[in-house]
Amino acid sequence: MSVVARPQAPFGRRIVHVTDRRVAGPYVALTARDRGGPAPLAGQFYMLMTPTTWGGGADGRPYLPRALSFARAVSTADGIALDFLFEGVGPGTDRLMEVGVGDELLIAGPFGNGFALDGERWPVLVAGGIGLAPIVALEDELRELDGVRATTFVGMRSIDHASAAGLYELEHELATEDGSAGHQGYVTDLVKAHLEEHAESTVYACGPAAMLEAVRVLCAELGVPSQLAMESGMACGFGACYGCVVPTKDGFTRLCVDGPVLDGSQLDTALISGAPH
Amino acid sequence: MPVEFCGIELEHPIVNASGTYDALAARRVFGDAFERNFPFSAYVSKTITLDPRAGNPPPRLWELGQGMINSIGLPNKGLVRFVEEDLSEYATLPAPLIVSVMGFSVDELIAILEALDGRDEIAALELNFSCPNVKTGNIVGSDPVECEAMMTQLRAHSDKPMIAKLAPSTSRPDLVAMAAESAGADAVSLINTLPGMAFAPGTSRPWLGAGSGGISGPAVRAVALGQVVRVSTSVRIPVIGMGGVENSRDAQQLLDAGARLVAVGTENFRDPAAGNRISAGLAQPAESAANPD
Repeated sequence: MSVVARPQAPFGRRIVHVTDRRVAGPYVALTARDRGGPAPLAGQFYMLMTPTTWGGGADGRPYLPRALSFARAVSTADGIALDFLFEGVGPGTDRLMEVGVGDELLIAGPFGNGFALDGERWPVLVAGGIGLAPIVALEDELRELDGVRATTFVGMRSIDHASAAGLYELEHELATEDGSAGHQGYVTDLVKAHLEEHAESTVYACGPAAMLEAVRVLCAELGVPSQLAMESGMACGFGACYGCVVPTKDGFTRLCVDGPVLDGSQLDTALISGAPH
Repeated sequence: MPVEFCGIELEHPIVNASGTYDALAARRVFGDAFERNFPFSAYVSKTITLDPRAGNPPPRLWELGQGMINSIGLPNKGLVRFVEEDLSEYATLPAPLIVSVMGFSVDELIAILEALDGRDEIAALELNFSCPNVKTGNIVGSDPVECEAMMTQLRAHSDKPMIAKLAPSTSRPDLVAMAAESAGADAVSLINTLPGMAFAPGTSRPWLGAGSGGISGPAVRAVALGQVVRVSTSVRIPVIGMGGVENSRDAQQLLDAGARLVAVGTENFRDPAAGNRISAGLAQPAESAANPD
């Protein structure tokens, strides 16, 4: 397993400008130009808020910044072009949905550990819904490595949701719950069929808690290593608040500094309570 | 704007509220830039208890329009591992160390104080009095009688400056502060979080894993200002004021209310460099206060 040093997050927050906004089904992808931060590792995340009008939505929220994994990071002569993919599912993401080209975001990060690539084994990437973001980033990272072949499975509710994968020209096999495109059913059906043929795989997954739990159980049964990018309500992103802990075999673990990617073997369950974003 | 606090010279009046900044984690995340730009003039540790604590089951956070409710539950390594593993690391931070401690009985607190008393790494102790007397059920930090009795017993067991952190669920914080002062406290700090709860969306069941939690952030700022005014006009010992401070204007208000130091808490979560921003804003001339940083 390769061990890559985490990039050092600049201390504090910084302003980034939004340079692109694209819509795919219910999802929005924002590209922001980060002139102050390092190139992040796939699976790392940033804390995002808007510098103005952060608050005043449902129940007067949002108040806290929102933790979002990046979907793509492209180094340019003018900083890193960072992509964030999200869906409006609460006051924070609803506010981010309103952000347009030329607007500013306040970000801090990159935070967290990111995926740890296991170069000896077949990478199997599994994305569910908005969990697509770090999987796109990981596929980008793998493409840079010579001779590494990856297989990517994407699960979406419908063809409309699946259009998000098209934003990133992601090579993948698709499952939709309603059968409007690809395999009708859960993405884990596809993953199971693959792993039963190729036990020499390592699974890297991000998606809803139920999907992560199905992946964790499947991998445990088949003896396949799994790395799960998880989500938990988070206030700070840098280990200060102790709010984002998840139960692991070693006790409560802060997802922001010891995750968000946890090894499936560390967990008794990946079914943790989410928080309204 | 240097300030003297319990015999300690501090560069400015901005410190952190206990439990709102893990400086050791921040040093790993932000590296040298964090130490070069240390946000606080003194650093207050997360609360240490005698025995290790895992903390409360998640979910631990609930967002409000103007703050949040937390039920973290004082997770910590316990006294022994704190001293063995963390104290020397805290000592390398570029600010005096104030260690926050809590006991579930007088004997527990005495054991902690005696273990820490000879440690030169520690500049002062903050006594987290937001826990109940197990016999009476009264919160020590909101009851003058409990507070005076507790403080009197503890005073003999440490020569370090002792800060009594009051609990806000009282109509007379001034009486509690006066009780702490008369029993030998060197300072008082307030306010701690206010008790509260939230239902899980669409249900009438508590969202937080522990059922209820403590409210912090701008939602409690007016409570903090009111209690700091009341306390600081009633005691001679210095007051650390905190509660919902987001910018230098909020901090200046607590200073104007009589606080010697101001602690930043929840705002650290939104901005890791909030302490830097607020202390820099305090140092600016008053006319720039219309647009506070």
